[in-house]
Amino acid sequence: MTTALEIGQRLQNGELCAEELLSESLSRVKALDKDLNSVVGLYEEQAFEQARAAQKRLDQKQPLSALDGVPTGLKDLLCALGQRSAAGSKMLGSFVSPYDASAVAKLRAAGAVMPLRLNMDEFAMGSTTETSFFGQTKNPWDLARVPGGSSGGSAAAVAAGLVPYALGSDTGGSIRQPASHCGVTGFKPSYGAVSRYGLIAYASSLDQIGPIAPSARDCAAVLDLISGADPHDATSSGLAAPTLPALGGDLKGLRIGLPEECFGDGVEHAVRERVLAVAEALKGLGASVERFRLGGLEYAVPTYYIIACAEASSNLSRFDGVKYGHRAANAPDLSSLYVNSRTEGFGPEVRKRILLGTFVLSSGYYDAYYLKAVKAQARIRQSYESAFARFDLILTPVAPSTAPRLGESLSDPLKMYLSDIFTVSVNLAGLPALSVPAGLDESRLPVGAQLIGRRFDDKTVLRAGDAFQRATSFHSLTPPIHGGARHAS
Amino acid sequence: MPAEFETVIGLEVHAEMNTASKIFCGCETAFGGEPNTHCCPVCMGLPGALPVFNGGVAEKAILAGLSLGCEITRETVFDRKNYFYPDLPKAYQISQLYHPICQGGGIELASGRFIRLREIHMEEDAGKLIHDPWTESTLADYNRCGVPLMEIVTQPDLRSPEEVIEFMQSLKSILEYAGVTDGKMHEGSLRADLNISVRRPGEGFGTRTEMKNMNSFKAIQRAVTVESERQIALIKRGERVLQETRRWDDNRDLSYPMRSKENAQDYRYFPEPDLPALHIDEGWLNEACKALPELPKAKRERYFAQFVLPRHDVEILCQTHALTVLLERTAEQGASPKDAANWILSDVLRLCREREIEPAELQLAPKALAEIIAAVNGGRVNRSGGRALLEHVLAGEKAVEAAIAELGLELAGDENALGASIAEVLAENPDAVANYRAGKVKVLGFLAGQCMQKLKGRADPRRVSELLREELAK
Repeated sequence: MTTALEIGQRLQNGELCAEELLSESLSRVKALDKDLNSVVGLYEEQAFEQARAAQKRLDQKQPLSALDGVPTGLKDLLCALGQRSAAGSKMLGSFVSPYDASAVAKLRAAGAVMPLRLNMDEFAMGSTTETSFFGQTKNPWDLARVPGGSSGGSAAAVAAGLVPYALGSDTGGSIRQPASHCGVTGFKPSYGAVSRYGLIAYASSLDQIGPIAPSARDCAAVLDLISGADPHDATSSGLAAPTLPALGGDLKGLRIGLPEECFGDGVEHAVRERVLAVAEALKGLGASVERFRLGGLEYAVPTYYIIACAEASSNLSRFDGVKYGHRAANAPDLSSLYVNSRTEGFGPEVRKRILLGTFVLSSGYYDAYYLKAVKAQARIRQSYESAFARFDLILTPVAPSTAPRLGESLSDPLKMYLSDIFTVSVNLAGLPALSVPAGLDESRLPVGAQLIGRRFDDKTVLRAGDAFQRATSFHSLTPPIHGGARHAS
Repeated sequence: MPAEFETVIGLEVHAEMNTASKIFCGCETAFGGEPNTHCCPVCMGLPGALPVFNGGVAEKAILAGLSLGCEITRETVFDRKNYFYPDLPKAYQISQLYHPICQGGGIELASGRFIRLREIHMEEDAGKLIHDPWTESTLADYNRCGVPLMEIVTQPDLRSPEEVIEFMQSLKSILEYAGVTDGKMHEGSLRADLNISVRRPGEGFGTRTEMKNMNSFKAIQRAVTVESERQIALIKRGERVLQETRRWDDNRDLSYPMRSKENAQDYRYFPEPDLPALHIDEGWLNEACKALPELPKAKRERYFAQFVLPRHDVEILCQTHALTVLLERTAEQGASPKDAANWILSDVLRLCREREIEPAELQLAPKALAEIIAAVNGGRVNRSGGRALLEHVLAGEKAVEAAIAELGLELAGDENALGASIAEVLAENPDAVANYRAGKVKVLGFLAGQCMQKLKGRADPRRVSELLREELAK
């Protein structure tokens, strides 16, 4: 699979032209996306303008960045000026953003060409991209399966070669898990590395924007473009230094821990084997690998769902039919306007999580649920802190299984929630984590391995992922629908 | 005989802080403006927008806290208060519940009773809804959304409408001195929620009712009186007081219960995840202490000692910060503090009453007032001429000197003209002259009046009396 950085390089060499590259991207969308349904918004005119401007800079040898002129797609959760920014929901089906999210503005300033808005679970609530108002996205490796979620559109679009990279967002695994299910690389930065301004909030204390791309190196390049302290986001702090220059070399001296509880029962055999093979490969690169007990993981899923739903119930209150978005017709009074607009505008999964969040914040239940979850969160953070006293990185599977079949997860929601076990604790602790392709299972479905690092030590996570990918070729595997070679001419 | 019932009142006072920009975005806070023009994605609650705290708001809250003797919380946190209403675009208000910025403190009343504060917290104001009867619709103006508010919460220590008014006046005065609010009640920048209950002396607290958004002293006074009477009547009839929120109707001089739905609110407070905790360190606190201005109590003592003014005059002056500023600046321009105080207490306050404005809104340059005082004291214009000058200056004509000429207020300085008029008056009023010489010195006033009439008021009455006395003594 050609990486985003390679395509950027070919643009700068004059081997590729930005407008042709965009045309090719759009024709792939037309050819493949009727099956995938990864795209929920197409902005050809805006994109061609961006491509022409990029080509002019490239001709003058004055690119704005290593990815100037490279097409990309935005998860529908990111506000972009003049684009319908609907969060996969009927509620915002008519909302055209009057402003750019900070990350989007930064990509614009780096010369990105942005033709696509990509499908997602409604308001990022789901692990399968089946709760989108705009229909489910299919997995490029097997159209009968889900791509994962909630950034399923972003992962599927990159896997199918519609765009060389995309932005997603990750609240409990929403970048890493679809990247894993689609066989691409996804990175969730440390909480605070990337501004959340303009990312339609699901759970404010857990949300982070991050890249999905063919390689860890691409992820580092995109991260360096979008990270930084932002005066519009008081929780943003940026990173001390760019990550891309830190990549390269072997992994001598790096200590990697394997939590026992992530390799036990409940994890599919193939997943366990593939991730243990990653451990061996890392060892081969000079890292030391050791098993240990992390502790506290049993609290991760309930803690996550309480905190995320509590914040969501408040964050999604602004969608009330008064100012923008869906408004119920003929409401006889204010109360009906609220109830009808929200009942019609939100899908069942979103309504369920709003109800759950409302419940755990209600007087009489706040202490028993919300406060207890905050205490459990502190305990999970402690577990990671003591682990990182011994290790530089932690290696786990991204998910206990490969991509489920369409419909399978929503019929058993508890199982779907539990499948988030390896990803949600990372958000609760605010840590950076990378999902790298680790090969295929017996059904030829991708398995993903997760590398977790210390808070704000994003570069070590990416360096290990990059070293692994330079030594192996799992990330180069493409799904059959991809059709092999592209951008090669 | 002790009263059969005692009224217990607690207040939640909302004061708009006078920062130039809003609490969580850069939009301006100015009152008025075309609807929805002082707005941005943040204060309009657009998807994805995030609040960023304006540190100037904390500075103001700390100043208020120090002025009211509060403890400043070293690590203060914002919380979300969730409720649906069309004037609240995010459907939650960013406020403080668990760790408010100031705790404790209070105000001493003239009686010596100390009214304790529970806390002061920071929060954002909501927008304004305007009902349009032509289209039978309600329109929302979000200009006021995000204007910073301080909520000052008292303990249930107040016992009468008079105490409530005294407390409110004192609080308003202290906040104005501290420079944290402009205190314009008619623009809603200072408003109070009243919690009222009654009990027989010695009993525990009774059931309280709440009345929100009271924005005039008169309404507050009436609401407390009427509500305590209503509760006492209920109890005497053997009925129970219901805990509820009531709406005060100023025109009908009564309150009525709001719908019970609005009473049963669960605000689902939780810590605001978009804003980190605010650390107020020693350095910040020291800076604030240095910035703390002279407060009403200290100023009263100083005026009393320094300016030799009557106690009552000092009280009235010091209650309104704008008046003390005018007094001190006028004195800096050369007027004696006593003269300045007299002019302010009589003429300036009268003009404010006539125009129905607060002293702070009066556009009077201290230099102009000092010049007017000098002109009157120097005998160039008389007192009523001085008043005319004051009106003229306030009408926009700034130059006192030019106004004296333009209005023809210059007094006849010509001793010959004065002498001539006196001679005429004495000749025309032989009876009065005789009476004066017989010891009825009061007729001097009558004679002086006659002279002023002849001079068409353009003379210094003191000089006229002086000359009359000399002439009559001959």
